[in-house]
Amino acid sequence: MATFFGEVLSVYSRAVEEDDDELDENEEDEQIRRELEEKREVHLHWSPEVSESLKSGNKLQCSNFVLAVGQNASSFLSVHILSTANWDTIGRASAWNERSRAVTGQSCEESACVFYRHKDNPTVLICQVSCYVAEDQLFQWTEKVFDCLQHRELNVTVLSDTSVADYKTADYLGGSSAPFLRSLHTSAFGDQPVCQSLEQPNIVTGLPAAVLNHCQVHRISAVVYQCYSDVIGPDSVTMETYKPVLTKLGRSIQSNTMRVISRYVIW
Amino acid sequence: MFISSQSSAPSFRDFTLVMPAVAVGNVGQLAVDLIVSTLNMSRVGHIHTDCLIPMAGNDPYASSKEDGEELHTPAEVYAAAELKLAVLQIRAPILQSKTKRFRQLLVSWIKSSGFSRTVVLSSSHAYQRDDQQLQGTPLRYLVTPSLLKGSADALKEMGWREMERVPAFPGLTDGNTEPRLCIPGGGITKGLYTDSCKEDLPLAVLLVFCSEGDNIPDAFALANHLNDWLHLLDDNVSDTTAQH
Repeated sequence: MATFFGEVLSVYSRAVEEDDDELDENEEDEQIRRELEEKREVHLHWSPEVSESLKSGNKLQCSNFVLAVGQNASSFLSVHILSTANWDTIGRASAWNERSRAVTGQSCEESACVFYRHKDNPTVLICQVSCYVAEDQLFQWTEKVFDCLQHRELNVTVLSDTSVADYKTADYLGGSSAPFLRSLHTSAFGDQPVCQSLEQPNIVTGLPAAVLNHCQVHRISAVVYQCYSDVIGPDSVTMETYKPVLTKLGRSIQSNTMRVISRYVIW
Repeated sequence: MFISSQSSAPSFRDFTLVMPAVAVGNVGQLAVDLIVSTLNMSRVGHIHTDCLIPMAGNDPYASSKEDGEELHTPAEVYAAAELKLAVLQIRAPILQSKTKRFRQLLVSWIKSSGFSRTVVLSSSHAYQRDDQQLQGTPLRYLVTPSLLKGSADALKEMGWREMERVPAFPGLTDGNTEPRLCIPGGGITKGLYTDSCKEDLPLAVLLVFCSEGDNIPDAFALANHLNDWLHLLDDNVSDTTAQH
C-alpha cells in the first residue's frame, strides 16, 4: 500500500496472517516441527494414588470443579478457601511455551498449575492456573483435564482475571467502576449467576473460553466469572471482587467446613 | 468434529452448505452473520476442534435481553431445513500450525454429511489486484470441476467474473511460469479450493476484493451476490447503515 508520502507500507489484516504458500517441508524441517510440537504438549502429573485410579479406568469423581485463571483469581481461592488446610495437592499440569521462563533447579511450572482436592468431600476439586497457557495448548489442556473427570452432574466454576482495557462498551466507564464482575455460562447451567451477564460485543478468551467451549458441547453445567480490573498485577481490591462467588461455592465447601467446626464445638 | 446440540444428529443430505473463510476484513464471516440473522436460522451443532483459537460469548443474534444469554462457540452450524440450507459460522482465527488439518477436517465433514454443494464466502486484499482486476466489479467466483457440471449455465447467465490466474512473478517475461491462482489475504480459501478440486467436491468460492476497515458494505454486497444465485430471499437485503 502506498501512503501519501510515497512510501510503500505492507498492509496487515486483522483477520489473516501473511499467506505462506505451503512449501514442501523437507525431512529436517518436519522433524524440527514434530519435536517442537512434542515439547509444547500439555502434561498432567497426578499423585500416585490418582494415577493408579486413572490407569485402572476410573475417572476422578467430581461434583464441583473450581478453576482460577490469573493471579488475583488464584489468590482469592488461596485466601478464602485453600487456607482452611482441608485440601490435598493431587496433581499439577505443565505446558511449556514461549513465555515459560527457564529457571535452574525447580521449573517454574511446578507451582504454576496445581490441582487440589477437598479432604472431607473428595468430589470437590480446585485448580489454580497462574502460568500462561498458549493458544495452541488451550484445547489440549482442557481435553486432558476433563478426560480425567467424570462428567455426570459436574458443575464447573471458573474465576478469570482480565484487563478492563479489553472491556468494550458504548458508555463511558468511569474510573471508579473497575474492578467488576461479568458472567458467562453454558446452556446446561441451571443456577443464577452472582453478577450481570457479559454484554455484547465482549467475549471470553483463553483457558476460560476453552473450558466453556468444552462444557457447552458436552452439556456440562459451567459458569465463568470474569473480573475486569484496571490493575495488572496482584491487587487485594481486585481479589475481593470475587467474593459474591463464595455464596455459590460455599454450599459444597463451607458446609463441610461447618460440619468440621461443629464437631469441635461439641467436644 | 461436528457435535449436535440437539437430541439427535441432524441430516444434511442434499443441503447446500455456506461457510466463510477467515479472510481480510472478515467479510465472509460478516456475510454469514447476515444470512443467519436474516433467515432466523437455528443452531444445530458445533464444530469442536483444536484448530481454532478458543473464544466464547453470548448470543450475537439475540433480539431481546431474554434470549441474550445463550453461549456461542468458535464454530457453529445453523440450519434452515425448509431451504435445505446449512451454514457454518467461524468466529475465531485458525491456528497457524493447524490450517492444513482444519481444511482436511472440513473436507471430510463435508463429504460425510452429504452436502450437495458448498459455497465458501471469502475476500482478498484489494491492494494486490493487478491492472485488469482493478476494473469492473470487485466480486469474483471460483468453482470446482464437480460443481461446474451442474452450475455452468447459471453462472454464465449471471455474468459472473471468474477469479483470474495471475503470473507467479509479475513483470518477468519468463515463458515457463504458468499463471496460477492467488488469493492474498484469503486465509484457507485457496487451499480449501484446491483440496476440493482434488477430492472432487462440488464447491464454489465467492469472494470480494476489499481492504480492512468498515467492511459491512462489503458483507452486504457479498451476501446479495450469493442471493442472486441461491435465491435464499426474494429481495436482496439493503444496507440501511450505508450513507449515500
